[in-house]
Amino acid sequence: MPLLEINSLTVDYPTRVGTVRAVDRVSISVEKGQTLGIVGESGCGKSTLGLAVIRLVPSPGIMTEGSIMIDGTDIMRLSNNEVRELRGKVGFIFQDPMTSLNPVKRIGDHFVEFIRTHEKEVSRQEALEKTGKILESLGILRERTTDYPHQFSGGMRQRVMIGLGLALNPKLLIADEPTTSLDVIVEAQILELMNKLKKDYDLTLILITHNIGIVAEMSDLIAVMYAGRVVEFGPTEQIFENPLHPYTKGLLESAPNILHPERSMHPIPGSPPDLISPPPGCKFHPRCPHAFEPCPLREPFLVMKERRFVACHLYD
Amino acid sequence: MPPFVEVNNLTKHFPVQKGFLEAMFSGKRDFVRAVDGISFSIKKGETFGLVGESGSGKTTTGRILVRLIEPTSGEIEFDGQPVTRMNAEEAQTFRRRAQIVFQDPAAALNPRMTVGNAIKHALDIHGIGSDIERREEVLRMLKRVGLTPPDNFHNKYPHQLSGGQRQRVVIGRAMILKPQFVVADEPVAMVDVSIRAQILDLMVSLKQEFGLTYVFITHDLATANYFCDRIAIMYLGKIAEIGLRGEVFKSPKHPYTVALMSAIPVPDPKHKPERLIPRGAIPSPITPPSGCRFHPRCPKAFNRCPNEDPGMTRITSTHEVACHLFDETKAGQ
Repeated sequence: MPLLEINSLTVDYPTRVGTVRAVDRVSISVEKGQTLGIVGESGCGKSTLGLAVIRLVPSPGIMTEGSIMIDGTDIMRLSNNEVRELRGKVGFIFQDPMTSLNPVKRIGDHFVEFIRTHEKEVSRQEALEKTGKILESLGILRERTTDYPHQFSGGMRQRVMIGLGLALNPKLLIADEPTTSLDVIVEAQILELMNKLKKDYDLTLILITHNIGIVAEMSDLIAVMYAGRVVEFGPTEQIFENPLHPYTKGLLESAPNILHPERSMHPIPGSPPDLISPPPGCKFHPRCPHAFEPCPLREPFLVMKERRFVACHLYD
Repeated sequence: MPPFVEVNNLTKHFPVQKGFLEAMFSGKRDFVRAVDGISFSIKKGETFGLVGESGSGKTTTGRILVRLIEPTSGEIEFDGQPVTRMNAEEAQTFRRRAQIVFQDPAAALNPRMTVGNAIKHALDIHGIGSDIERREEVLRMLKRVGLTPPDNFHNKYPHQLSGGQRQRVVIGRAMILKPQFVVADEPVAMVDVSIRAQILDLMVSLKQEFGLTYVFITHDLATANYFCDRIAIMYLGKIAEIGLRGEVFKSPKHPYTVALMSAIPVPDPKHKPERLIPRGAIPSPITPPSGCRFHPRCPKAFNRCPNEDPGMTRITSTHEVACHLFDETKAGQ
């Protein structure tokens, strides 16, 4: 049984000028211990998808369709109390460590509050003890629990965020652009740390990022999203070796590659669509070099092809 | 041929704001040594990359180059003319010849000004052409930067455009005065990956058409490798290494450059990187480490490193590195 199974999930944001379908009938499954990379450009729905898994889709967003099963539990049917429990089982690391920590609260108190909200029987002392252990495993001295966030560098703050994500011993950790606001050396330190923690804590990891290099390095599986839809989903090596969807191919070729500059930075023409009035049929067709008659007419289904899923009329 | 831009021993120290009482009683002022004695020259028609992490001083350097801020000390010569000591008239001419493209197109554009007016503004200020000529010129520029049909874009506001389109406006605004020298500060950092290469390709074609000289400021080595002819790697206000693109990327010499290169994620799952990640974080530029600024994090540091500031050592006629490991003349003593 997969640890996470998302079935035909749809998330809508009603706005004054129309409904934005941020996530459009997405189906994904992840086995225990795997790392799934969700890649796509800004506005493709990857962050909303991540938030949906912990039932944190921001208002006015609503999950209009589909199901999300974590470890066999359908989280769409949970009561408010049960959702709180769920958020203990699934850790979440937000993108910006600068704004995600309360500047007037000590680092240790962030942990204590978080742990005791979810585990009421734990004393403050026990929570602090646990905090010290977590911080040490992240390479931060235990004494620094009494420091405030501004006394930490960007990389250290992101370690704190990861620590908070791990505080309740989750099985599943979702990291939304965990290194985007960090410098490249700090980024490498954090990614190395996440790989180590994944083993130590026996985690299943979902990594949401726009950085193709990071998914190549970290993930077992990739889901490529475009305009709310998963257009391709499968094992990382296969997708890199032979991308099926024209968007996947374009995305891989547009990424900078330090080892092979000649193989990189080929642009995709046009720009991602406005989701209030997306193009008809396949949403990628206006930018697609292989578009043909059916593409503007009807949307392609996600079909199984060469041990992966792809949504493109070329493979119907 | 003399260099087009020559920078000599440039420094910029920003005073640190202190609380009132602290300032009253401590007496001593602290400075952020954002740029701390750097020298380089740029040839006409070259794309020169300033690469570094946050706090390396790359943006400050770029801003000094176009006179947006005054340096604390040091000289800059632009086409044989000292930039730091210009009278008002010379400064006005200089501004027509040197322009800057900023990182965040959403912040660089006035949200209440139409795209056409934003581009036209510089023509108004410099009093170039009649109203009709200015409009024509703006429409031509919109078309040139790929915002077609230009009539559709002329009256739009920035919020009606995508990120990539906004960056095209910012580039058009910089190009409208037909400058010879453009500093581009992270022009694609805020732009989506699939669009990035479009913007860079636009910049390449503008360079060819107008015979531009670029300074390209970036934290992204891979993009610098794609775009630049020559690269300076900066660390804590100093240049660690400078050379032709091929030299810096194929045979990096400074341990910091080596670390920086090994840290970049490569979009190839079969590539298993050998990481040489330095421990810790970049120290404070208010109290930078003694000697070589990289020594507390350097895997190859030895006794000279904390004591002596390494000068530039020549590896080839175009490749220089500031590291004691390569400083053979003194190492033998």
